[in-house]
Amino acid sequence: MAFEAASSPQRVEVEALQQRSYRIVRLAHPGRWLAGALVLGLLALLVRAFAHGQIQWEIVGEFLTADVIIRGFGITLLISALAMLLGISLGTIFAIMRLSANPVTRFVAWLYVWVFRGTPVLLQLLIWFNIALVFPRIIIPGVFEGRTVDIVTPFVAALLGLGINEGAYMTEVVRGGINSVDHGQTEAANTLGMSRLQTLRRIILPQAMRLIVPVLGNSAIGMLKFSSLAAAISCTEMLNAAQQVYFVNGAVIELLFVCAIWYLAATTVLSIVQYFIEKRYGKSASQAGSKLPFKLPFGLGSAGTPALEKAQ
Amino acid sequence: MSGTIVKAINIHKKFAGREVLRGVDLEVRNGEVLCILGPSGSGKSTLLRCLNHLEALDDGVVWIDGQIIGYELRDGTLKELPARKVRRQQREIGMVFQHFNLFPHMTALENIIEGPVTVRREPRASAIARAEKLLASVGLAERRDAYPAQLSGGQKQRVAIARALAMSPKVMLFDEPTSALDPELVGEVLDVMRELAASGTTMIVVTHEIGFAREVADRVAIMVDGEIREMGPPADVLANPTDARVRSFLARVLA
Repeated sequence: MAFEAASSPQRVEVEALQQRSYRIVRLAHPGRWLAGALVLGLLALLVRAFAHGQIQWEIVGEFLTADVIIRGFGITLLISALAMLLGISLGTIFAIMRLSANPVTRFVAWLYVWVFRGTPVLLQLLIWFNIALVFPRIIIPGVFEGRTVDIVTPFVAALLGLGINEGAYMTEVVRGGINSVDHGQTEAANTLGMSRLQTLRRIILPQAMRLIVPVLGNSAIGMLKFSSLAAAISCTEMLNAAQQVYFVNGAVIELLFVCAIWYLAATTVLSIVQYFIEKRYGKSASQAGSKLPFKLPFGLGSAGTPALEKAQ
Repeated sequence: MSGTIVKAINIHKKFAGREVLRGVDLEVRNGEVLCILGPSGSGKSTLLRCLNHLEALDDGVVWIDGQIIGYELRDGTLKELPARKVRRQQREIGMVFQHFNLFPHMTALENIIEGPVTVRREPRASAIARAEKLLASVGLAERRDAYPAQLSGGQKQRVAIARALAMSPKVMLFDEPTSALDPELVGEVLDVMRELAASGTTMIVVTHEIGFAREVADRVAIMVDGEIREMGPPADVLANPTDARVRSFLARVLA
């Protein structure tokens, strides 16, 4: 009987519908409960394995708030923020160059993206770190002169490497954002007599933001994690600080876990911030009916939202 | 009616080798309403876009109220003006687009004050006061804080008209202002345009609304294949066209 019902819905004559109101029983989903229990069980096993593994959790706790780590974390945040700022600035400038009517500026912008997107970030960091081999001295005639090694410290090298690399990606993001704005907007601004700069600042960029901001959030999260590559050029951000500690005390995994906890904390905060910024920038977009792909923190996002809508 | 405010002589425009305008001449007097009709692809919109230099010319000249638009006359040649100077001219020429082109990130009011405040450096308070009057005159006083996405097509176009009027233009150009609207919303936009015409605004209207042209226009121009084939009072042109192509066009649209 059950199999029959599964293959074709039960046939009911119209005369059988004699009540105005029925008790409605929703379909049970035993499979979901089973899958949930199974996954929870596996997760419990994993947690148990780490709890009983050869990790001294008290060392994790001890170093979580140690001065070296906190200072390293501060540098991680600083590098990420400054490199992001550099990336956004370069991205905006080169995006405008790529959309310019001048073929030379267009080509130069293309070249920039081609070079810095086409090579690994770690390699770029190493090149900036060793740039003194190419240019031993930096000279701006009459203004400034100095030894490159004194100027391009590991911190500056990390900043340049990460920021310039990010700028190449940002160029494409900003260009896509600007291109997404209808040409009619520019024409309308022209007929009001707005200059090119006014049009860009007041009309085009605010609309391009709708596309750029969501990507920006992901980039910032990515940047925070990529900044750990700076450890390879002896920039004393958090990972490098942790390495220096475990070279001495041998608590390798413990200190790596400390880093993981701080990275997770920072990326979590960033995704919450991103959620609210997207909500703000999505204002006019959602009014137009086209919703941004929101990502709620804690995995309640994309998959959760349609289910919530259905429930309401 | 007073003197000439728009004069276009021998306008030529090519797109990728295809001649879209083949020597159009036009003269509009101050306060006059000219409707431009014609089959699609006949160059009506391109002509309008040449009048305010949204398109560069291949030959000919556009003159509006004492100035050559987009060019400078020197020793018998026309030199294209730098963008900055063209913008100064364009702000004196209002334009209403088929697809409204309202700024979606700004409210109706913000759309209207954008030109006066950003371009003309008018104090915000006086710009807002004038924008509110304009909104009231197009019947949208209560929608001042609505975003374009919250407005119907007809309301959007009325805001767009108010936005163009906020720059106190010498001429208003309308590029098929009702073609993107649902049929039941066309009337409200035409009503606003009718009032505008009655108030003495100089208007050049590219449209498919023959009824509006017949009722409101002082003169009607009919374009076919990049040329104006007939021009004159609507009663004459619409009733007794002499050109064969114009006759067949009118037969189709009046049927």
